[in-house]
Amino acid sequence: MLPSPAISSEPTHGLWKKGIQAGLPIAIGYMPVAFTFGLLAKAAGLSLFETVGMSIIVFAGASQYIALSMVAAASGAAELILTTFIMNIRHLLMSASLKERAEDEPKWIKAIYAFFITDETFSVAATSQEKKITASYLLGLGLAAYSSWVVFSGAGYLMGSGLPESLQASMGIALYAMFIALLVPAAKKSRKVIALAGTAAVLNSLFSFIPFLSGGWGIILSTLIAAVSIEFFVKGDERNE
Amino acid sequence: MNDNLIWVIIGMGLVTYIPRMLPLVMFHTNNLHPRVQGILKNVPFAILGALIFPGVLTINPDSVLYGVIGAAAAFIAAWLNLNVIIVVLASILVLYGYTFL
Repeated sequence: MLPSPAISSEPTHGLWKKGIQAGLPIAIGYMPVAFTFGLLAKAAGLSLFETVGMSIIVFAGASQYIALSMVAAASGAAELILTTFIMNIRHLLMSASLKERAEDEPKWIKAIYAFFITDETFSVAATSQEKKITASYLLGLGLAAYSSWVVFSGAGYLMGSGLPESLQASMGIALYAMFIALLVPAAKKSRKVIALAGTAAVLNSLFSFIPFLSGGWGIILSTLIAAVSIEFFVKGDERNE
Repeated sequence: MNDNLIWVIIGMGLVTYIPRMLPLVMFHTNNLHPRVQGILKNVPFAILGALIFPGVLTINPDSVLYGVIGAAAAFIAAWLNLNVIIVVLASILVLYGYTFL
């Protein structure tokens, strides 16, 4: 191994790379989802510009899918925007939670990396071993996920035919496998984590049978109920995480 | 509505960005009650539970077993402390193999 040229005085450089690395599983997981979005967007009559534009500007999977079905159903603009808002209101919770661990950095920088908060980037960042979450880390993470989302939306539109069915189906596990991989190591160390995830999982499964709680609300409600109730049950006796 | 679709997309972008940005940039949370801090720290683990279930069971609309097998593969790989990317690739491979059984 070559002697390393004077240890970099910028620790942020390494964090940026770490972020990209942590974003790779998301990039893989987004691939089939974005690809399918591109395909469906074409079928719904969007132009390539509108399809890629939506992925660039909105960057939120589920609500983009719903937007397509609403465009196809000729829904009104206000209805479409309101639905998007409701679907994505859960980001409030993630943004507030992330703030608790965010490095003290200028607001405008936070305003930039806030754009990249998704279920997936949040989960990775919030469970990472970093002591404080920095802009470099989050931007690396966010850009890895974002570029996959944007590029494969366009690719899906242009290819015009699906991935081979067996591959498409098996790749559907990717994001869930990532969530499981983030959860299990923490759950092995803490019963509180098991209680939190278990409670929210059971609640969200129950909520999925209630029509008006589908979409965004089920996730927010189950997360909030679990996070609040466990905090009060567990009190101070497991502060050793 | 094709003419104004790009404006709708911009509107969608705004209502998606604002909830992402507001708490992080605007809230003054330095003196939050410890209880509230505790709750916010609980959010990541709770949301992981809600993101996994029931979604993972429906990745193949025809077969719940499909999702169960994928989740089990991921769980075992994660239990062995394998890297996240390995866990993801392993579960894709297991399911890819399963479709040919």
